[in-house]
Amino acid sequence: MEKYITEHEINELLNNVKHLITPQLYQELSTKLKDVARKRSLTREKAIEIINEVVKNYHKALVDPGEAVGTITAQSLGEPSTQMTLRVFHYAGVREFNVTLGLPRLIEIVDARRKPETPIMEIYLTDDVKHDLEKVKAVARQIESTLVENITQEFSIDYAEGIVLLKLDPDMLRDKGVSVEQVIEVLRGLEVGEVEVSSDNPYEIRIALSEEYLDPTKIEKLRTRVLQAHVKGIPNIKKTIIQKRGDEYIIIAEGSNLEAVMKIPGVDWRRVYTNNIYEIERVLGIEAARAAIIKEIKNTLDDQGLDVDIRHIMLLADMMTWTGHVRQVGRMGIAGEKPSVLARATFETTVQKLVESAVAGEEDKLPSITENIIIGQIIPVGTGLVQVYMNPQLVKKELSETSASR
Amino acid sequence: MEGEINILEHELVPKHEIVPPSEAVELLKKLGIEPWQLPWISADDPVAKAIGAKPGDIIRIIRKSPTAGEFVAYRYVVVEVTKKS
Repeated sequence: MEKYITEHEINELLNNVKHLITPQLYQELSTKLKDVARKRSLTREKAIEIINEVVKNYHKALVDPGEAVGTITAQSLGEPSTQMTLRVFHYAGVREFNVTLGLPRLIEIVDARRKPETPIMEIYLTDDVKHDLEKVKAVARQIESTLVENITQEFSIDYAEGIVLLKLDPDMLRDKGVSVEQVIEVLRGLEVGEVEVSSDNPYEIRIALSEEYLDPTKIEKLRTRVLQAHVKGIPNIKKTIIQKRGDEYIIIAEGSNLEAVMKIPGVDWRRVYTNNIYEIERVLGIEAARAAIIKEIKNTLDDQGLDVDIRHIMLLADMMTWTGHVRQVGRMGIAGEKPSVLARATFETTVQKLVESAVAGEEDKLPSITENIIIGQIIPVGTGLVQVYMNPQLVKKELSETSASR
Repeated sequence: MEGEINILEHELVPKHEIVPPSEAVELLKKLGIEPWQLPWISADDPVAKAIGAKPGDIIRIIRKSPTAGEFVAYRYVVVEVTKKS
């Protein structure tokens, strides 16, 4: 009778090759082998054969030393981007918002802009809030910033009497959860004059302007100052909508302020997400920024139905975050910080780069590909990466030994 | 559920830990490189601050990777030379 392998033996065999394969592959191999072993149909010889085959194929799939992965990445990302829609500013998964998509968004990410054109936050909520629509609305109200403008029906300035007249909208006040007292408080804080509620209408506010604001040339300034005054919520968050995702409600916010949103009670700060990569770097660190770059690029490409291997995107994100800060892929970033003068001059503003290097007295050690192509040398890629060094002493010794033995 | 915000627990932040000096020497020998050849992380990085890393330390980062399951990367803690606003 043939002897079948036990789970213990499989563990033992796998332990020998553990350092040769990735943890994920190890796990998969282990569960699958044990599955088969349980059906009592796997002999030890077969198991060894399978494991060896897996290890061999895994190593075959690895990138060879000297492979120009950067060039491959550039091509793999560059070609699909030519297939992207050039200008899509409207329509996104979120109907209410205008989200930058396609090529403009991709450029935005690799340029490492401080602020995306359309910042969006995805705000997840804690367990006790996320199923209750009323509670979700309350949280959303706290997040959405309300300006005096949003709750004002009528605004007028009477210079003859030096009075600003504000008529608040009762419906909007209720909707945003703001009281008249709160508004008055904010207006007093502006210190533009005496604030009082009109005696015949509780929603009418009069501000008797103080001396310095009576200058008619500053009318626009006064207007924006009053109307843009921040009453409630988080600055920069212009609008929120509530969406159902799976079995929970989440809040999608137009505008971004990661730091402040994380502090709001009821918000699951572990899962709050923004598409502003710079902000992620500042609040959550460089590794989070790297993860966000990968996620954003992947989403942008997936949206357009383009299938790019994630490893290319990971390499790009690694390069962008190499120095500990998000760098752009371009003149001011990766391409501008190459060690070789010639390589830098190849990419945009050639004359300027050459002049700068000449002034600084830079030296070019020809370390990489571009500069070696320019001067017509073998490029350090693939087999060009290795060089043969000869030790003349050793050769002499070898030769004398072989001749002596003859 | 509620409580202090700890950025180390955020979804996007992988596990960071400081590599003890003895281990760091071994690691560099194994990789055959100088510490500055590793990717950098600023000493002002919020995560570096949270785990108390000092310039000159090496941080081990255990990332979740869609292709390898788990991937170990290292970053060298550097001092900020050009402060960004």
